[in-house]
This record gives sequence, structure tokens and C-alpha cells, in this order.
Amino acid sequence: MPIQVLMPALSPTMEKGNLAKWLKKEGDAVKSGDVIAEIETDKATMEVEAADDGTLGKILVPEGSVDVAVNTPIAVILNEGEDSSALKAPKPQVQRPTPPPAPAAKSGAKDSAVARPQAPFAAPAPMQPLLDPDIPEGTEMVTMTMREALRDAMAEEMRRDKDVFVMGEEVAEYQGAYKVTQGLLQEFGPQRVIDTPITEHGFAGLGIGAAFAGLKPIVEFMTFNFAMQAMDQLINSAAKTLYMSGGQMGCQIVFRGPNGAAARVAAQHSQDYSAWYSHIPGLKVIAPSNAADAKGLLKAAIRDPNPVIFLENEILYGRSSPVPKIDDFVLPIGKAKIARPGNDVTIIAWSMGMTYALKAAEELAGMGIDAEIIDLRTLRPMDTATIVASVQKTGRAVTVEEGWQQCGVGAEIAARIMEHAFDYLDAPVARVSGKDVPMPYAANLEKLALPSVAEVVEAAKAVCYR
Amino acid sequence: MAAAPPSSAKIMPATNGKGLPATLSREEELAAYRMMLTIRRFEEKAGQMYGMGLIGGFCHLYIGQEAVVVGMQMVLKPGDQVITGYRDHGHMIACGMDPRGVMAELAGRSHGYSKGKGGSMHMFSVEKGFYGGHGIVGAQVPIGTGLAFANRYRGNDNICVTYFGDGAANQGQVYESFNMAELWKLPVVYVIENNRYAMGTAITRSSAETNLSRRGLSFNIPGEQVDGMDVRAVKAAGEKAAAWCRAGNGPYILEMLTYRYRGHSMSDPAKYRTREEVDEVRTHHDPIDTARRRILENRLAGEDELKKIDSEVRELINEASEFATHDPEPDAAELYTDVYRD
Ligand SMILES: Cc1ncc(C[n+]2csc(CCOP(=O)(O)OP(=O)(O)O)c2C)c(N)n1
Ligand SMILES: [Mg+2]
Repeated sequence: MPIQVLMPALSPTMEKGNLAKWLKKEGDAVKSGDVIAEIETDKATMEVEAADDGTLGKILVPEGSVDVAVNTPIAVILNEGEDSSALKAPKPQVQRPTPPPAPAAKSGAKDSAVARPQAPFAAPAPMQPLLDPDIPEGTEMVTMTMREALRDAMAEEMRRDKDVFVMGEEVAEYQGAYKVTQGLLQEFGPQRVIDTPITEHGFAGLGIGAAFAGLKPIVEFMTFNFAMQAMDQLINSAAKTLYMSGGQMGCQIVFRGPNGAAARVAAQHSQDYSAWYSHIPGLKVIAPSNAADAKGLLKAAIRDPNPVIFLENEILYGRSSPVPKIDDFVLPIGKAKIARPGNDVTIIAWSMGMTYALKAAEELAGMGIDAEIIDLRTLRPMDTATIVASVQKTGRAVTVEEGWQQCGVGAEIAARIMEHAFDYLDAPVARVSGKDVPMPYAANLEKLALPSVAEVVEAAKAVCYR
Repeated sequence: MAAAPPSSAKIMPATNGKGLPATLSREEELAAYRMMLTIRRFEEKAGQMYGMGLIGGFCHLYIGQEAVVVGMQMVLKPGDQVITGYRDHGHMIACGMDPRGVMAELAGRSHGYSKGKGGSMHMFSVEKGFYGGHGIVGAQVPIGTGLAFANRYRGNDNICVTYFGDGAANQGQVYESFNMAELWKLPVVYVIENNRYAMGTAITRSSAETNLSRRGLSFNIPGEQVDGMDVRAVKAAGEKAAAWCRAGNGPYILEMLTYRYRGHSMSDPAKYRTREEVDEVRTHHDPIDTARRRILENRLAGEDELKKIDSEVRELINEASEFATHDPEPDAAELYTDVYRD
């Protein structure tokens, strides 16, 4: 029986890819392990190897095809002794077990969250309306991914200031594990774009030392899960030295990288550190949800004379949204944004949580509930005034975060609302969060562990007594 | 910019032929061959299942490195412990864990070793002496040292084999462990699987001292480089190290010179090395081909017998994949279990 070769899934978040090139022709002999085709994913060009010996009988998807869904048959391999007449057999055997009951990594909210690349892939619709008083009306907008926006922010600041440099694992030659530093080595050279060994505690401390000496490092953590190795330096050295030195020694440094759950990478690789860093006086903490905020706030973070923890999100890297075409677009740190005005309930979110919040708002609108969405953007210092003003208007509040509830950011927001707007509340503040367990690997459990649009909708209805 | 990729002569250097590889009995040769092949076929299957979306997240294959874990396992005895990082499927299978349970875990199913909650990087079997399966680079090193501490505390002569990579060898906690292990004479064999790359970083770009067997020198820990592509050499070195540890002399370092054929994980295009480099190792140093050739040359078995092993191994792996594919996902109630023990 001929064997179908299927479009492979080549990364945790891939749903489709481009068939860039066939390296074998129909009729060519192939051996298990031979590279037969090249596939472009959002992050890389990958080689497809044959898993069986035989002859490439037929190419089903020609090269140059774009957006080929994972698991689409792309070619047929004939076994020893079979000739092309076997291709006419009604159904070639597919060497593949039945798909699992719930396909991998498909939490409802993540369906559209697959990292998307720039052209030639279709850009998804902008993920949120733009209502930012810091962007002058009539500004020309360019659609780009958050990944590109972050890269541009770093590149612009590096052009502007020779003391800014980037350091981290795989940031230079590999172009970033998540391709956020793409092209920086080529433009700025190895003196300013530095690959480190896998020594987080060491290079975080080294970065802090360089900052004490007046340089302005951007330290990338491959993910914030690995920054736990460096926690002591971040807190004891970066955050506290200005104070301990009586204001003498500041630490102008940015620690950035993806934070929060990715897809199916289990407990040690999916954790939201928003609350952890928010706890620490001396640190500023930023967590943008879209490309414009990512760019404007990263530029601000690099210029800020304090240590800044910049929490990105792997799932958001590939999402496109409009970014203002302004020569030097810098946003203020510590200012939340009303992402959607409304009157009935205030939903407060940031980073990935905004995805749930905005979708929930649409559903709620259908039920006649007009939600106001606040994108916090900066977690520390927290923009209490914007939250309080909104709650004074709506009388109800829901917080959304991937992190755990105990001592979470939602808990802090709820406390501030109680302290500053108690008399305006018509219902207790509700918190939607990650479940109180380490992140499980199994697809179905992971979906349950994460917050969902449905939970945000339910919480909003509950505080509206609906 | 990148230095030119090292020539293959440098990739698999020095130790080839250095020291006398253990001679294996016929049974040992065949058992080692079967085990290495089982790991290879398991990993190939896992790669395919990943491509079909049956396995998600990160999946790090062990293809090319099989001789290391198989050779080391041959010197262990009941009660010994094994611990490693996330490139762990081979270690689990070599420890005697059931490929069905490992594959089911890779697929996130209820009869996986961690009930589907751990995935590729996090599996354990206390029964088989396998202590994980750890996702944070270097974290297993102090933990393995602690397992060895328990052996010493209890006064038994068991050892802990603690595996880590060339990249992990730069983590600070490795050296904190080395110091304690030697200070307290802990029975731990540190096996550094030097496959020349940590993700996209060649060892020459990350390490001031690339002879990793010397990394214990300032702690007075003996170490040696071993041809990690030859299961006999691994076993010989493992025997020596294990005896040293069991006798109460403290830790030992074995740097296994090996190579991974695939990308770092399933999503790594591996553009940091040439295809020629990979092919060179595959063609001339493959641990399984080498064992097969040796078995035939020494007439330990004929083609037929080897073919029979091959097809039995395929059968076993197909069964594992069938099992994993049809095993149900964990029950939703499992979300909240195992956070605490009552
Ligand atoms: C503390 C930490 N930092 C970074 C990572 C991401 N990471 C996973 S594997 C890896 C490379 C490790 O290379 P090596 O130790 O040589 O082992 P190999 O993958 O070659 O088996 C990196 C950087 C991690 N998991 N943990
Ligand atoms: Mg390595």
C-alpha cells in the first residue's frame, strides 16, 4: 500500500505552513531520513524527512503552496515493488493513528492564538480597537506582529544610544529562540548582541553589574520560567540597590522575554510571573497585549532609569495589530488604557488576559451587557486612578489573569477597588484566573487549567446579577 | 559571527580507540543492540506522532545518543538511581519503563507515567529508579546529588547516575553540587552528555573549557572523556566510575562525546550546523550500525537473528503508539489531584 506523507506539525503552536520547496521529484527513490521537502512555519524553514523507504510516487501539494493545514496529505510514497498504478488504488493507506479525542492545544481561546507570521501568511484581523490618547488622531498606522514591534523597539533604541546592548541565550546567531531579536546581530554586531551560555543567574547578575557601571542592558530570558534561576539577582541586586545606596547607584536595565502559558509545555514551562514581580518595590513591571503597546512601552522601559521587568507572551508574538508610524513612539509607563468603553461592568486585564476579556465583551454585548475593558499594560506602578474611575462609573469589576489567585494581581486590584471605591460597588469584585494547580500537560486538562472566555462572561454576568 | 562548523574529525575525536572498550558477551551485545534500537525506533515514532499533532509542546529526541544511556544502564544494579533533563525518553526506556506508558505520557493520556500531567519532559518511575524528567536546565544535578546523599546517609552501596548536557554544564548549581559531592564523598556519577550543541550554541561558543571531563578538577573529582558512540566504551568507563563511587571514594565525572542527529526539539530547524556534519556522524559513528556490524563480524548472530530483533522492536513500538493513541485523555477531575498528598 502506498503511504501518504502528511503536512507535519513542526512547533507547539503551528496549525498551517507553506510548502516552500520539494527536494525530491516524483519518481525519486527516498530513504527514511532523507529530506524530501522544506516547510516554512511562522518561525523558521524546516526540513521534512521521509519516515519510510520507497519512491516518491506523487506530489499532492505543489511547492509554493501557502497555508497548508497540518495533516493535509502532501505526497504519496510507494513501497518497494509498487509502481504508479498503486496510486490509482481507491484509498492510499495513511500511516497515522486516529486523531486524539481533543486535538492538541486547542483551548477555545487559543484557537486564534497560534503564532502567525508576516507575509505570505494572511494577517489576522487587528485584535483590538485602538483608543489611546497617547496616539494623536490621524496618525498613520502600520500593521505588524508583536514580535516585529519588539524588535523594532530594541533596534531603534540601540541606534539612538550606544550604551544599549542585548544579551541572552540564543539572541544573536540563532536570532532568538522565538525570533524576537531577528536581525539585531546583523545590524549591531556581536559586541552589542551577545549570546550567553545557559547561566541565567550569572548573566542576569553580570547585566546588573554593567548597569551599575552605566550601560543599559536588555537581558532576554528565553522564557521567564528560567528567570527563576536569576531571581536573587533581580530582587536583591537590581531592585534594591538604588535604595540601599541612598540613591547613589541606579540600575537601568530591562529584563524581557515570554511569560505565562505557551501551549502544552507543562508545569515547569508555563507559569505567569505577573504577581511575583509586581510584589517588589524598586521594579517596574510591564505586560503589553498588542504590538503598539509592546513597542511604545519597550522603548520607554529601555530609557527608564530603573530596572524594568518586561513580560511578553509567546502566543501573542505572532499576532498582528496596528502600530503608529511615528518616528519616536514612546508610551508612558504606569498608564492603563481603556481598550473598550462601556457602562455596565469593568473588566481589568493585561497581556494574554486581554484576549479573553475582549472576546467576552463581544459576547456580553450580545446579552445587553456593556463591558468596559481596561488594559492595565503596566502592573507596577499600577494605574489605580483609571481603575477606580471606571468602577465608580460601572459599580462592578472583574479581573482576568492566567496566574493563580492567592496573592495574585487580581487580588491586589480587588483590594484597591475596595479601598478607593467601596461605596460605588454594587457587587463583590470577581476574579477569573488560572486554576490553583501546576499547569498540566494533557490537552484537555491544560484547557481547564487556563482561564477562558466563558469564565469571563460568567463572572461578568454574576457581578451584574444576570 | 559563527566560526566555521568544526570538522567531523573534531566532532568525534580523541577517545575513539582510546582505552580498552569492555568486551561484551554475546548476550550483552545483543541486549545492548536491542535496547539501542528500541530507543531509536521509539524516538522516530515519537517524531512522527508529533508531526501528526498527537504529541504537543516540546519534544526532544535522543536519536544518536543511544549508546550513552544503554552502556551506563548495563553497570547499574537494583536500588541505583537515574536522573536526567528533558531529553529523557531513552533514559526511561533503558531503565525498563514500559514504552507504552512513556508514549501515552507523550500523548497526554491517562495511562501515561504521569497520568498525562507531565508530558515528554516530566516522567518518573520510582519502581525503576528513574527520578525524572526535569525541564529546567541543570536543575537535575543537585537533585541527583541529593539522591546520592540519601544512599550515603543510609549506608548502602547504591549510586546515582546524574545526566546533563554540555549546555547544562555551565549552570552554577552544577559546581555547587560538585563541591558538596566531593566534600561529602557522595556516590554520584555525573554523566555529561556532550552532544556538541546546546540548542543552537556550539560548545566552543559557550564554554571557556570545552574538555568537560576537566570541570571537576578544582574539586578533586576525577573525570574522563569517553567515546559515547560506542556502547562498549561507555560500559567500560561506567564500570570504573561505578566501582569508584560504590567504594566510597566520592563522585566521578564521565564526559560522553556524542551527537544528536535531530534538531534540539521538534521545532528547531538546526541551521547552525551543516548537513554534512550530521551525515558524517551518522555514516561513520552511528552507535547502532556499529554494534550491528560488530555483531555480524564477530559472528555473534546472523542477519536473520538481527532481522528478527528488528521486527520485534518495531512491533513493540507500534504497540506503544497504538496504545497511546487509543488511551483516553485523563479524567477532568485529575486537574485537582496530586497537588498535595494527604
Ligand atoms: C534554566 C533553563 N534555561 C534555558 C532553558 C531552555 N533550554 C532548554 S534545553 C536548552 C539547551 C540545553 O543544552 P544541553 O545542556 O547541551 O542539552 P541537550 O539539549 O544538548 O541535550 C535550553 C537553553 C531551560 N529549559 N532551562
Ligand atoms: Mg548539548
